[in-house]
Amino acid sequence: MNAPDDIDRRLIVATQAGLPLVPRPYDMLAGQLGVTADEVRRRLAAMIERGAIRRIGAVPNHYALGYTANGMSVWDVADARVDALGEQVGALDFVTHCYRRPRRLPLWPYNLFAMVHGKSRDEVDDKLQQIAALLGDACGARDVLFSTRILKKSGLRISA
Amino acid sequence: MQPDPLDRRIINALQGGFPLCDEPYRAVAGSLGIDEAELIGRLQRMLDARVLTRFGPMFQIEAIGGAFVLAALAVPEDRFDEVAAQVNALPEVAHNYRREHALNMWFVLATETVDGIAQAIARIEQSTGLTVYAFPKEREFFVEMKLAA
Repeated sequence: MNAPDDIDRRLIVATQAGLPLVPRPYDMLAGQLGVTADEVRRRLAAMIERGAIRRIGAVPNHYALGYTANGMSVWDVADARVDALGEQVGALDFVTHCYRRPRRLPLWPYNLFAMVHGKSRDEVDDKLQQIAALLGDACGARDVLFSTRILKKSGLRISA
Repeated sequence: MQPDPLDRRIINALQGGFPLCDEPYRAVAGSLGIDEAELIGRLQRMLDARVLTRFGPMFQIEAIGGAFVLAALAVPEDRFDEVAAQVNALPEVAHNYRREHALNMWFVLATETVDGIAQAIARIEQSTGLTVYAFPKEREFFVEMKLAA
């Protein structure tokens, strides 16, 4: 949980909007930071190693790939069973994110969140049936909140 | 734009680990059987057309002392666009989606320090006059931000 040192922090600021689309991107970053390209790569590798970077790659827009049904499914699962069942729901191949979160009673009785993406709402509904079957009688109320508009998707932005 | 089959191969190839070598685009292009300029050009076009929302390192800010928190608002329909603009104006708002529910606006706050979350929530409540419902994760079972293109 260490705060990044100054060079790591500047490397985050320099790459949070994206990696330069030039043939030698690490050399370009090295020039901006005043270090060598080897140092840039070593620091990126170290951040990957300790989990500060999940991966370096492309983040697709779900809609543009045809995943037009993006459902945040939410479930009220018995406290004593939610962790074991959450692991199983997270292991389903169509679930992209799965978390336990606090309830906000009385408005929000749900404590398990699982994101499910599909090319139609019917496809997502079929997948939700599989989750419901897995949760069985441990689950009371449930809902699914489909996204109908992306209002913002910039990702992390820390200030320079 | 609709991604063509080569665009989709590129997206799939770039959802894993991008090489840490001198000429990483050349390395990936070689594995796809295309040239480097075509790969870079297609990435730029897909970013411009928002087929890709980003290309680069995906930071897990919690591992460097910061915080990510999911939060929601119940926005009156006649104020929805105005509130969306107020919320999106904060750089701490990393994503924001409209969803079908009484809680109809769901966004993720990403801040460099843990304390930054409460400050961002206070600013949103002040600018919108609405209550922010925060849903900090208590446990992460799985996160895989990959989708087959």
